Amino acid sequence: MRLSVQETAFDAGAELNAFSAGVAGAGAVVSFTGIVRDSDGTLSAMEIEHYPGMTEAAIAAIIAQAQTRWDLADVLVIHRYGKLEPSAQIMMVATAARHRVAAFEAAEFLMDYLKSRAPFWKKEIGRDGTTWVDAKDEDESALKRW
Amino acid sequence: MDVLYFAWVRERIGLPRERVETTAPTVMALIAELMAREERYALAFSDLKSLRVALDQKLSSFDAPLAGVREVAFFPPMTGG
Repeated sequence: MRLSVQETAFDAGAELNAFSAGVAGAGAVVSFTGIVRDSDGTLSAMEIEHYPGMTEAAIAAIIAQAQTRWDLADVLVIHRYGKLEPSAQIMMVATAARHRVAAFEAAEFLMDYLKSRAPFWKKEIGRDGTTWVDAKDEDESALKRW
Repeated sequence: MDVLYFAWVRERIGLPRERVETTAPTVMALIAELMAREERYALAFSDLKSLRVALDQKLSSFDAPLAGVREVAFFPPMTGG
């Protein structure tokens, strides 16, 4: 398992290659990369705040839960904080398992929990001011399927 | 104990963290004490549905007891991922 909460950018391709190389016998690797979206072209930056200490502990607990539910060869979670430009990579999750169903499900589980149980808060800095991104009801209800 | 604020809670109160001397038995009682202090606290805590609390870095509830707790954090629902 590797977990990194960092301000600096990461290379998703290189991370995925290194992750895959480490789980040669796994059979299935699934990865997800989250990118700063600029739906209407008015976003100048996304500022991500987090709770140092709790962030790492919360993500480690989510990973541990995933490892109990699925037989995973390895898990990778990288999540950035600080100021990110549109199109920048915010975070990535990778899972490795013997079979693809476990790898896909565990990756989705990790994403659902990272969204509403890891202490990050996103603020959009736009041309016309700044707005804290509201949590969505569907993010909370997404947890119920697990 | 140390009381921490994040995101818009931090902005409304105007502080990221502060040391609070209190004998409040529960989170709810601490919130009542803070709200009685100043308008900015009253404003920050006016809608508890839009707030979450962590005790010693673990997500908790407003009726949780504070005995033995060293760090309380208030923040809006999380938006990671």
